[in-house]
Amino acid sequence: MINYGFTEQQIMIRDLARQIAQEKVVPVRAELDEKGEFPREIVKLLADSDLFRVFIPEEYGGLGGGALDLCIVTEELSKACAGVAVSYAASALGTLPLALFGSDEQKKKYMPDIASGKKLAAFGLTEPNAGSDAGGIETTARKDGSEYVLNGNKIFITNGGEAEIYTVIAMTNRGKGARGASAFIVDKGTKGFDFGKEENKMGIRASATRELIFDECRIPADNLIGREGMGFIVAMRTFDNSRPGIGAQAVGIAQGALDEAVRYATQRVQFGQPVSSFQAIRHMIADMATKIEAARTLVYYAARLVDSGAKNMSKFSAMAKLFSSDMAMEVTTNAVQIFGGYGYMREYPAEKYMRDAKITQIYEGTNQVQRDVIGLEVIKESKRNSR
Amino acid sequence: MKIVVCIKQVPDTTEVKINPETNTLVREGVESIINPFDMYAIEEGLRIKERLNGEVVALCMGPPQAEAALKEALSLGCDGAVLLTDRSFAGADTLATAYTLSRGIKSIKDVDLIICGKQAIDGDTAQVGPGIAEMLDLPCITYVGKVEEIDDKHIKAYRMMEGGYNVIEASVPCLITVVKEINEPRLPSLRGKMNAMKAQITKWSAADIACEVDRIGQMGSPTWVRKIFAPPKREKGMIFKGEPPDTVGGLLSALKDKGVL
Ligand SMILES: Cc1cc2nc3c(=O)[nH]c(=O)nc-3n(C[C@H](O)[C@H](O)[C@H](O)COP(=O)(O)OP(=O)(O)OC[C@H]3O[C@@H](n4cnc5c(N)ncnc54)[C@H](O)[C@@H]3O)c2cc1C
Repeated sequence: MINYGFTEQQIMIRDLARQIAQEKVVPVRAELDEKGEFPREIVKLLADSDLFRVFIPEEYGGLGGGALDLCIVTEELSKACAGVAVSYAASALGTLPLALFGSDEQKKKYMPDIASGKKLAAFGLTEPNAGSDAGGIETTARKDGSEYVLNGNKIFITNGGEAEIYTVIAMTNRGKGARGASAFIVDKGTKGFDFGKEENKMGIRASATRELIFDECRIPADNLIGREGMGFIVAMRTFDNSRPGIGAQAVGIAQGALDEAVRYATQRVQFGQPVSSFQAIRHMIADMATKIEAARTLVYYAARLVDSGAKNMSKFSAMAKLFSSDMAMEVTTNAVQIFGGYGYMREYPAEKYMRDAKITQIYEGTNQVQRDVIGLEVIKESKRNSR
Repeated sequence: MKIVVCIKQVPDTTEVKINPETNTLVREGVESIINPFDMYAIEEGLRIKERLNGEVVALCMGPPQAEAALKEALSLGCDGAVLLTDRSFAGADTLATAYTLSRGIKSIKDVDLIICGKQAIDGDTAQVGPGIAEMLDLPCITYVGKVEEIDDKHIKAYRMMEGGYNVIEASVPCLITVVKEINEPRLPSLRGKMNAMKAQITKWSAADIACEVDRIGQMGSPTWVRKIFAPPKREKGMIFKGEPPDTVGGLLSALKDKGVL
């Protein structure tokens, strides 16, 4: 087996994540998908197996890994069910603002429970009128003595309702535009914090996607992450760190779809031979496998850059997310094609992979937005170099 | 409560190949795992420990490679692991194995409960568990599907029978063998695996456990395998579909044809 330069510990993490994914997730994924049911039991299994510890520093109850370890787990879970994988990965996403900008007290208070999997985290940025244009958020946080008072709505929040810990971006000073946003921690159960509409989705149906409603919600001023005005820096740095994870999701989805397609192609007989013997199918398989490997390499590379503490990794993170998600859409569409008519049916796993793949082109910044990030960065570099 | 779980490392397949010349199992190229029934034994040991406190020691007789099985047991939460390994243990049948393990258990000392899987999937004899109990002169409850009560004085357990169960009480120390209905084995945790990786496995030779040399390994094994063969596949049954009045006739004549009636 190829180990991609993983450490012994990372191989252990991969093998355990794979065991859980294949033994515990695969048998229930169709039902979770059909019912749109949050995978509470599987989350418990992941917690008991210490998998939520991999992205948390050792001093806060974690195993001290980083983006690569998180990608390894996310990829294995996504091979089985991307809905389960994103429920797991969104807890890491919700933790990142804390990990990157939180105070020692905040980390001590919140991280051990995230590490043990006792509590899930979530990240709330998107609003009805602010998707790609994050600067358009309208949720406000008004300082009132030793408290902030939150008002507004967040939508499409992964782990909404299921998570106990929410990191939320809100405007503390509207006049300052992008410099007027701040990041906060909000605990589930805080008065004035409620949940609204639960989305009925095309894919990743096992995951919970829900509206957060803040109505005169008072939180201690200590729950401010970093300083006032840093909200968008927190959000952007969070995405720089998390986007390789979306790439890993996409790689896992594509690999899972390819594995199923190859198995099917060697069994399905037409014209007296398995369809895998036709060059048209075989070449499709070859292209799918090659593209998956290219994406995987880029994802691991971006994750390693993140873990190395490199400053300018925005471009690579965006590339990993962009390339992998476009690849996953193509590969899963071709997996359905290899299954033929059966691929279009719910009884077979191919169509679910295709539905699940789509979201990776949309969330954590649409692929149009990723191209903007990459393009801008490349042009900046060119200008810098020609000076 | 001090619990010893006896585990065996076996080839990862129920369709083990047999070398027709030596009549022994072909193990090359087959991945080794903990005997699946022993996984239930480990789980039950851990559950009892979690209820009553104490420790679980995994015990295995085997070649040095069997250390992997013990490491897995440690990663699941066992507190200690002992490997009985010695060239002179090789070729042991169920009698010699039971003897050797019983010597190992004696050396572990002060053991309250011994748990074995009901049988090993490579031999299917189900003899080693009861054999150990016999040699240690302990009560034995086989095929346990549920431990209803246990403390340091007594145990009450369900022995699973075809179509029912016996409720059996025994004094502790004792030995039980477990069936797969008893629990759902847990998965290992990362921290457990990391600790297991670092852990030292205790290794004891024949001398360490004060064995009588003519009772271990080939020397201590009266079993002689004359022939090993795969049993013939069971024939498919006949199904008589329909309402009884229309089908009874067919059933009766089929039974008569077979000479049953
Ligand atoms: C299942 C799911 C889970 C999610 N989870 C979370 C979460 O946990 N937390 C969170 O904060 N958000 C979450 N989101 C929100 C997600 O990040 C946004 O949906 C995404 O950023 C796009 O925003 P939008 O939906 O408003 O689309 P819009 O911004 O309205 O985009 C519509 C279209 O216009 C394009 N477009 C927009 N602006 C430009 C531009 N400047 N140049 C070129 N094209 C442009 C987009 O690419 C897209 O094709 C989730 C969304 C979904 C569907």
